Amino acid sequence: MGEYTLNELGSIFAMQGFAGISLFSVLLLMALGLAIIFGQMGVINMAHGEFMAVGAYVTYFLSSMTETYLPGFMPYYFLFAIVAAFFVAAIIGYFAEYALIRHLYKRPLDTLLATWGLSLIMQQCFRSIFGAREVSPTLPEWLLGSYQPTENIHIPLNGMFVLALTFFVTAGVFYLLFKSRWGLRVRATTQNRQMSGAVGINTKKVDRYTFALGCGIAGIAGAAFTTIASTGPTTGSLYIVDTFMVVVFGGAASLFGTIASAFSIAQAQSILEFFISGSMAKVYTLLVLVLILMFKPEGLFASKVRR
Amino acid sequence: MQFIYEKLLGGKQGAVGFFILAALILIVLPLFLDMFRLNLVGKYLTYAFAAVSIVLLWGYGGTLSLGQGIFFGLGGYAMAMFLKLEASSPENTAIQSTPGIPDFMDWNQLTELPWFWLPFHSLTLTIILILVVPAAFAYLIGAAMFKRRVGGVYFAIITQVIAVILTVLIVGQQGFTGGINGITDLRTLNGWDITTDSAKLIFYFLNAFLLLGVIIVGRFILTSKVGSLLLAMKDKEDRVRFSGYDVANFKIFIFCIAAVIAAIGGAMFTLQVGFMSPSFVGIVPSIEMVIFAAIGGRMSLIGAVYGTLLINFSRTMFSESFPELWLFLMGGLFIGVVMFFPNGLAGIWQSYGHYITRYFAFADKFFPKEKTNLPQLNTKES
Repeated sequence: MGEYTLNELGSIFAMQGFAGISLFSVLLLMALGLAIIFGQMGVINMAHGEFMAVGAYVTYFLSSMTETYLPGFMPYYFLFAIVAAFFVAAIIGYFAEYALIRHLYKRPLDTLLATWGLSLIMQQCFRSIFGAREVSPTLPEWLLGSYQPTENIHIPLNGMFVLALTFFVTAGVFYLLFKSRWGLRVRATTQNRQMSGAVGINTKKVDRYTFALGCGIAGIAGAAFTTIASTGPTTGSLYIVDTFMVVVFGGAASLFGTIASAFSIAQAQSILEFFISGSMAKVYTLLVLVLILMFKPEGLFASKVRR
Repeated sequence: MQFIYEKLLGGKQGAVGFFILAALILIVLPLFLDMFRLNLVGKYLTYAFAAVSIVLLWGYGGTLSLGQGIFFGLGGYAMAMFLKLEASSPENTAIQSTPGIPDFMDWNQLTELPWFWLPFHSLTLTIILILVVPAAFAYLIGAAMFKRRVGGVYFAIITQVIAVILTVLIVGQQGFTGGINGITDLRTLNGWDITTDSAKLIFYFLNAFLLLGVIIVGRFILTSKVGSLLLAMKDKEDRVRFSGYDVANFKIFIFCIAAVIAAIGGAMFTLQVGFMSPSFVGIVPSIEMVIFAAIGGRMSLIGAVYGTLLINFSRTMFSESFPELWLFLMGGLFIGVVMFFPNGLAGIWQSYGHYITRYFAFADKFFPKEKTNLPQLNTKES
């Protein structure tokens, strides 16, 4: 590190730190959906990455539609794309739960295999519909460019937008889970399924909507992802392991844990990336996580749910 | 004699199944396939080692490892490192700036063989390392996880992450491992050319005998007391623990055995195919190995071999004619087997096999009315 001055080092940390925040936003959006599905329902959704890809492809589709038919609408389409990404992913998730997942609640390891099969099918669908090439939507003008507080620091606007989006979605999830009637039902079902059924909660319906919500949030993550990188048929599978690590490391069923672990994983990885190669940064981050999990298997914030 | 019959072959039904499999891979396939196809079957049979190890670990041990590719890769890489060192003798690599080291090291400006390559100069040491390194690694992972009662889903995810770490490490450290291309250009084993047809035939039979041997060892473990304890643990772990057994030790034991079996498969893979690359280590191959076992029947050692052969044959067929359909079919198979046939091919045979065989006089002998040999999968576990 000798060749950098203190001022430059500070700028590097600020910029890599902000690059980490973009990664943090996507990881957190992915992990929120997964934490709801895995933490609240105990279902291992290996197709979660593909639900993110659904969101990304919806954004791409809307962008090319708008560009061809409604060029004047370009500055605003992105906001609609986020909403559309949520609903399309949620609807696919709803049907996946109905057709597949609900039969396997009692066999968690089997949901893993079945959803892996689902992810293969979805990947091939993407490939057949959108081609094997990576695509990226045309972003509206106001998402391009960067903000420059000092000479050395460039902070991209799309990163700030994604951060704001993540903040809103996280707040929304917290409200839904901890302040609404629906969240009360979800938490009751998690804690004691039989009792919840006995007091008149339709636990099957709760499961279905919980799964759909988790998938929908993954769709939003996909829309946010398009501002950072391009999307290909296998993009989702690249992020699924990291996302699982975020959820497990944070402690399943603890949303605060998920936020904390997404933040630390993303920051560690992106700051390390500047000093050593990207692949070694990933190796070290994952290795440290595995070691920590071996000593503290319940994750950062242990869940208080009785299993 | 009684011991061999009951313990190693698993009684009448097991013995018949075993001999049918042995006849298929030792006699029928070599007679009817040309060398190219037979070599393909040999490659598939090396995956079958991993599938058999998953039957032991998952079907009977109840712990799903999504990282059998780690051990398959460790075995394969150990073998490949030995062959590569032999292929890059100072005479063969005289044009390099540093003769005597593998070509990819020379391209990456390494001037000296890294220390962990040194033992692979000797074949004896290599074979010992193929067996010991995966076992030791599995012991480390297993001891850290099972002693703290981490199991089930968490174990699956963490083994998967370890597979990712290993892949990224191999790809990233190109100078030490050959990177994404893997270790290629392997030609001789102690001076014997392994690319000829006769060598491939010998490896095919060596591989087939090893696989049958592994199945017998697996049978022996499962019919011994350890096997009964494993099954008991799978259904009610706490009761076994309260009976005074150290549950973790049994799980570590079966995990180590599974690791060694997968590593043997990896080493045989390198010998038959002639290279090793990180694409046989990561998540996708590891999950595919689980699928081979699931399709064949997670409670059946022999079924795992059939499952592996079936999936790989159909993959080869489909990707020759309808490449885009293959992933749909594979995905559909995953879902279908998990939802409708949790016991896989072996389970289907057990439920419906007597419809086929009842026309033969000996059917009753193979399908005793009262009970079957194969423990049924408990689908109501929580």
